[in-house]
Amino acid sequence: MRQTPASRLGHFGLGLTAALVLAFLMAPLIVIVLFSFKDSGDFTFPITGWSLKWYRDFFTSPTWMAALQNSLILAVSTTLLATPLGTMAALGLAAPQLPGRRLISAFLLIPMIAPVVIVGVGMYFVFSMTGLTATFPGLILGHTSLAVPFVVVTVSAVLTGLDRRLLWAAASMGAPPLLTFRKVTLPVILPGIASGALFSFATSLDEVVVTMFLAGPGQRTLPREMFTIARDTLTPTIAAAATVLIAASIVLLIASSVLGRSNR
Amino acid sequence: MLKGQRGGVLRSYALIAPLFLFLLATFLLPVGMILWRSVSDPELRAALPATAAELSSWNGQGLPPAAAYAALATDLKAVDGASLASLSRRLSYENPGFRALLQSTKRKLEAAPAGAAPDLVALDPQWGANKTWQAMKRAAGPVGIYHILSALDLKRDYETGIGPARPGQALYRSIILRTFMIASTTAIIALALAFPLCAFLARQSDRVRNLLLLMVLLPFWTSILVRTTAWLALLQDRGVINTLLMDMGVIDQPMKLLYNRIGVIIALVHVMLPFMIFPLLASMRSIDPRLFRAALSLGATPFYAFRRVYLPQVMPGVMAGTLMVFVVTLGFYVTPMLVGGPGDQMISYYIALYTTGTLNWGLASSLGLILLVVTLSLYAVQNALLRRSGVGVR
Repeated sequence: MRQTPASRLGHFGLGLTAALVLAFLMAPLIVIVLFSFKDSGDFTFPITGWSLKWYRDFFTSPTWMAALQNSLILAVSTTLLATPLGTMAALGLAAPQLPGRRLISAFLLIPMIAPVVIVGVGMYFVFSMTGLTATFPGLILGHTSLAVPFVVVTVSAVLTGLDRRLLWAAASMGAPPLLTFRKVTLPVILPGIASGALFSFATSLDEVVVTMFLAGPGQRTLPREMFTIARDTLTPTIAAAATVLIAASIVLLIASSVLGRSNR
Repeated sequence: MLKGQRGGVLRSYALIAPLFLFLLATFLLPVGMILWRSVSDPELRAALPATAAELSSWNGQGLPPAAAYAALATDLKAVDGASLASLSRRLSYENPGFRALLQSTKRKLEAAPAGAAPDLVALDPQWGANKTWQAMKRAAGPVGIYHILSALDLKRDYETGIGPARPGQALYRSIILRTFMIASTTAIIALALAFPLCAFLARQSDRVRNLLLLMVLLPFWTSILVRTTAWLALLQDRGVINTLLMDMGVIDQPMKLLYNRIGVIIALVHVMLPFMIFPLLASMRSIDPRLFRAALSLGATPFYAFRRVYLPQVMPGVMAGTLMVFVVTLGFYVTPMLVGGPGDQMISYYIALYTTGTLNWGLASSLGLILLVVTLSLYAVQNALLRRSGVGVR
C-alpha cells in the first residue's frame, strides 16, 4: 500500500508513543536495579561509583534473611497445597455435562477477584477464633486460597485443548481410568499444572495484605519487611531486596513462557 | 451407559470436593463472618438483657415505659465491668458521653439504699431524653442495620425516619466517592496509555510483538511492593524525576509528586496497565485490518474510518479492560498507603483501620460489605458483556 507523508508521520507518532509507554512500564524496575548497585546509598542520579555492599547488607542481615526464609517456606508450602487441590478441581470441572458446573467454577474463582482486604479481614476474624493467627499454617491456608484459582484456570485451559477422543480410544481398548489418566491426560496437562504452580508460587511471594492481618512477629515475610521500611524511609538495602525479587520474577517469567510455548 | 455416566458425575464431584471444602472454610466462612459482623449488634443485649427486651417492644417515640427504667436499673447494678466496657465502646459510636453516663449511673445506683425504686431521671437528666433511649434502642440487637447505615452516613430515627447521621458531614460517602474517583481516573489514564501501545503492537510481527510484550510481562510478574518502592524512589523531592526536570531547567523547585493524588495515580496506573493491555491487545488482534483499508479506499477519511469501522470492533476489548482495571483498583490498599497522603486513602484502608486499629468491627464489616457488593456486581456486569461479545476468557 502507498504511504502518504501524513500516514508515515502517524506511524512514527504511534511508535514513539508505544516506546514511551513501554519506558514508563520498565523505568521503575531499571531504576531500582541501578540504585541497588550505587555505592553512596542514596536514590539520586548520576551514579558515580558502583558497589555490592547493599547486597552484602541484605544477605548478612538476620532480619532480611529470616524474612527471605519465611517467604520461601510460605511460597513452597502454598504451591504444594494449591497445585493438587486446583488440579483435581479442574479435572472434575472438565466434565462438560456436570450439573451446577458454572456455579461451582464461579465459586472456586471468586478469591481471584474479591478485594484482598476483605479476604484478609474475614480470615483475621475467623482465624483469631481458631488460634490460627500468627502461625505458619494459618498463613499457608490464607495464601493458598488466594493462589488456588490460578491453578484451576491454567489447568482448565489445557484441559479444553485435550482431545476427548484420545480418552475414549484408551477406554475402548480396555485401559482402566487411572492408567488412561497417567498415560494420556497427565502428559497433556502437565504444562498447565506447572504454570499453575508457578502462579501459586508468585502469588504467595508477592502477598502482603493477608500477611499483614494474619502474621505475627515470627512470620515476617520479604514483602512485609519491605512494606515496613517503605512506610518509614527508604534504605539502599531495600533496593537490593527489590532486585532479588525482580530476579525471581524474571526466572518465573522465563519458566512460564517456556511452558506456554511447549503448551501450544 | 447410564450407570457409567452417573459414576462420572460422582467422580467429578469427588475431585472438586476437596477444593470446595477448602474454600468453604478459608474463604466463604471468613466472608460470611464479615456479613454477620455488619449486622450483628450483640453488646447491649449481653450487658443489659432485660433492658434489651424492653427496648425491643418500645416503639422508640417519646420515652420508654416504666418497665424499661426498672429493667435498666436492675441490669446496670448487675452488669460486670467487661460487659459494661464493651457496651460503652458500642454506645460511644453514637455519643462519646455514654461511657461517663453509664458508669456514673451504675455508681449512683449501687450507692442508693436498697428497696426504694430508683428514679433514673433524678440520677441523670439524660435518662429523661428521647435521644438517649433511641441510641439504646438502636443498639438493642441482636441484629440491626445500625452499622450498615453508619457506613453510608445514615442513621435511623424512630420519630423522623432514616436521615443523615451527622448533618452537613458525609465522612464515609466521601471515602467511597474518593475510591470511585481514583479507580476511574486510573482506568481512563491506563486506557489512554494502553490504546496506542496495543495499536502499535497489534501490527507488528509475532516475533517483535512477543519480544516487546516481555516489557509488559516483566512488570506484571514483579511484586507490587517492589514496583511501589521503586516509585517512592523515583517520585521523591530529590528523586529521579525531580532532579531530571530541574537539571533540564523545566522547573526550579522540586514538584510535590509523593504523598498526594498525583503519586497515587502514577503508581496505580503502572500497576494496572498490564490488565488493560492484555484484553485490549487480544481484541485489536482479532479484527481484520482489511476492513479499515476498505473504508479508506471507499473514500472515508482516516478519522471517520477510525470512528465508524475500527472503534466499534475494538470496543469489547476497551470495555473489558476498563471495567477490569476499575474493579481491581477499587480494592487497592498497599499502593495508596505507601505513596498517598491522608486524603488519598481508599476504602480498603479504612476497613483495615477499623478492624485492627480502632476495633470498630461493625463499621469495618459494613464498609467491607459495600466494597464486596460493588465489586461482585461489576464483575457480573463484565462477565455478561464478555459473554455477549464473545471476547476474552474462553
